[in-house]
Amino acid sequence: MLKRFSLLIMLCILATPVSAQLQLFACEPEWAALSQTLGGERVTVYSATHALQDPHHIQARPSLVSQLSRADLAVCTGAELEAGWMPLLQRRARNPGVQPDQPGYFAATDQVSLLEIPQQLDRAAGHVHAAGNPHIQLDPRRLEQVAVALSQRLQRLDPAGSPYYQARLNQFQQRWQNAIRDWEQKAIPLRGKRAIVHHRDWIYLLDWLGIELADTLEPKPGVPPTVKHLQGLSEQENISWIIHSPLNDKRPAQWLSERTGTAVVELPHTVTALPGTDDLFSWMDQIITLLTGHAK
Amino acid sequence: MRHLLPLALLAGSTFSHPAFASTDADLQELRQQLNALKQQYEDRIQALETRVRLAEQQSQIAQQQTTQSAQQLNQLEQQINTTSTTRGNGFNPDISLTLQGAATSYKNDPAEYHLEGMPLGGEAGLPDEGIGLLETELTASANIDNLFFGQVTLGLHSHEGETELDLEEAFIDTLSLPGGVGLRFGRFFSEIGYLNSHHSHNWDFVDAPLVYRAFLGGQYRDDGLRASWLIPTDSLLLEVGAELMRGGQYPAGESEGAMSNIQHGFINLGGDLGQQHSWQIGLSHMQVDAHERVAGSDTHNHEHEEDADINAQFTGDSRIQAIDAVWKTDLSQGRQWILQGEYFLRDEKGEILFDESGEQALLSYNGRQTGWYLQSVFKFAPHWRTGIRYDRLNVKNQLFLSQADADENGTALDADEAIEESGYASSQHDPYRWSAMLDWTPTEFSRLRLQYNRDNSTEDTDHQLFLQYIMSFGAHGAHQY
Repeated sequence: MLKRFSLLIMLCILATPVSAQLQLFACEPEWAALSQTLGGERVTVYSATHALQDPHHIQARPSLVSQLSRADLAVCTGAELEAGWMPLLQRRARNPGVQPDQPGYFAATDQVSLLEIPQQLDRAAGHVHAAGNPHIQLDPRRLEQVAVALSQRLQRLDPAGSPYYQARLNQFQQRWQNAIRDWEQKAIPLRGKRAIVHHRDWIYLLDWLGIELADTLEPKPGVPPTVKHLQGLSEQENISWIIHSPLNDKRPAQWLSERTGTAVVELPHTVTALPGTDDLFSWMDQIITLLTGHAK
Repeated sequence: MRHLLPLALLAGSTFSHPAFASTDADLQELRQQLNALKQQYEDRIQALETRVRLAEQQSQIAQQQTTQSAQQLNQLEQQINTTSTTRGNGFNPDISLTLQGAATSYKNDPAEYHLEGMPLGGEAGLPDEGIGLLETELTASANIDNLFFGQVTLGLHSHEGETELDLEEAFIDTLSLPGGVGLRFGRFFSEIGYLNSHHSHNWDFVDAPLVYRAFLGGQYRDDGLRASWLIPTDSLLLEVGAELMRGGQYPAGESEGAMSNIQHGFINLGGDLGQQHSWQIGLSHMQVDAHERVAGSDTHNHEHEEDADINAQFTGDSRIQAIDAVWKTDLSQGRQWILQGEYFLRDEKGEILFDESGEQALLSYNGRQTGWYLQSVFKFAPHWRTGIRYDRLNVKNQLFLSQADADENGTALDADEAIEESGYASSQHDPYRWSAMLDWTPTEFSRLRLQYNRDNSTEDTDHQLFLQYIMSFGAHGAHQY
């Protein structure tokens, strides 16, 4: 009986790691989408968060421990965006391959230059990240840099699939560069316009499109809008949009809009955040369409 | 526009006033003028078009140049970033300080707080009344190398006007053992139950559940070794583990150099249900070999408070079984709902050495006690939470006098009196408690909480009010499930 049982266990152990696919653990939906685009059939991707969860406030829940324990590669934003849960998961998951110094851990913000690196670290300034603003996914140029580095990482972890990954990267880059040219063309009329945003996660988008950040609805990063602060904002002039994401409370933006007549635009901060934004292309398409549609 | 107006006037004057009929020569002249005008306009439009085209080309070139220079800048910045991270203090551990304090008010005297049939041990008991610090914690943690992670927590408490330093945790975790196996050794909080492994500043209420007070001395931590195994499954977390603890304190007693007086086995199972729900269930079995276990010094027998010489020591076997369950539902816009409960069963068998001012009696003791709580916390706005909790305990202890020594006067202790004063006698009253709280968490680093307890630990209802603060600074805390 015991012999048969141990045989069964042996079979189970032998049966599980045969699959040739890389198991990817993506911290946010945009990196899940990018990983799937670059990895194609050679990867299976698990997204730790969905679009309507704030990646700042995720708990190290049991399913995440389980998923990370089986992962070959964790693809995260880094720059302390996941500071509350990734280090804990990395310890709990008992997976030597995905520790911070290992090739199995990939931080997107390590691959690009960051904006808003604070000169002075003081939490009185709100929820600031010491490494800089981590919300880089909203700049397609930076996203492309991340894609190149991520493809290299996939090729390093799965050398047999190197030509496959390279071909997919080339294909992606070609499409993406064309798309960027198209978006930039469409966004030329937006240059120099001014926007008020809810949280500072939009700075990379605004930086890319040449839109001026007039102010934020949050008085400080992570601090909810106050009436006094909003009243101050209502005196701002020449504002084209009040931008927020589906994650944010809609009321402050609407309050301000009612007083100033400025259009409120709900923009998808990541893929799948709004209907019709299932992949990276349609997502960025929708952002540009919404911005140009509401520009005045 | 300016040029079109005379043209229109001209045309108007030509066709609408037949009285001034024009000659062929006039018409010819007009045609020539019109043609000249047309030519002029076309030339101008062409010139404008070429200028626009040139400008577009120039702007494209400029854009290309800016993206190129931006890329160059990025590369430079990356070089700077990679070279500037080698600092001397770069290897400092994550350090955080947690400050806690409260203003508390009780209807009854907190010094007389007790649970009938379950003498309180360890640090169980009520916080001091009035304004005061609850606990100040200093935590340092870091990866030691590629194999080990270490964490130390120093706790500072005020006790009877003096500040006590307590080494709460000092443990090492392995990071790189194969096959999902992990070891933890040193001093740490046991994995029993759900709340026990959470620091008190992460609890949803100011105080521990009654069952933690009754069975675990508030919160059980000890020196020992834990081995656990994460069993690979498709999407569930399945963790099986065992702990060997020194057992030099409550719920054990004196350790007497034994390797381990407490053995504990546990299973944790958890997962997700859809995108919104997550859950975890834990099972625990703890075997305690108790030697001369005394109730804590904080607590006194309520009826004989002035008589500090009463002492009851338990020696024997204690078995604790626990099941805990947590369910969390994420709602839109950062709202969350949590349902959490734990059920404990304790069986104890052994002898109680009862001592009253040198007079001793040996009691035979067979106890069966249960305790549970159920709580629900609702985060109704991103920074606000409210919660309610119900606690209940039940005691069935059998005690009888097995031996009583006579003192020098030849009078032996009365059996009923010894049983009554040992603190282990069951009561008709099952302790229970209702708690309600409201807390405000402006940022991840600060929290203010208001809590009210209607505490029926004894038959005399106590009304307890707490206003608590929890503040932390330094390294970012971990979001433990």
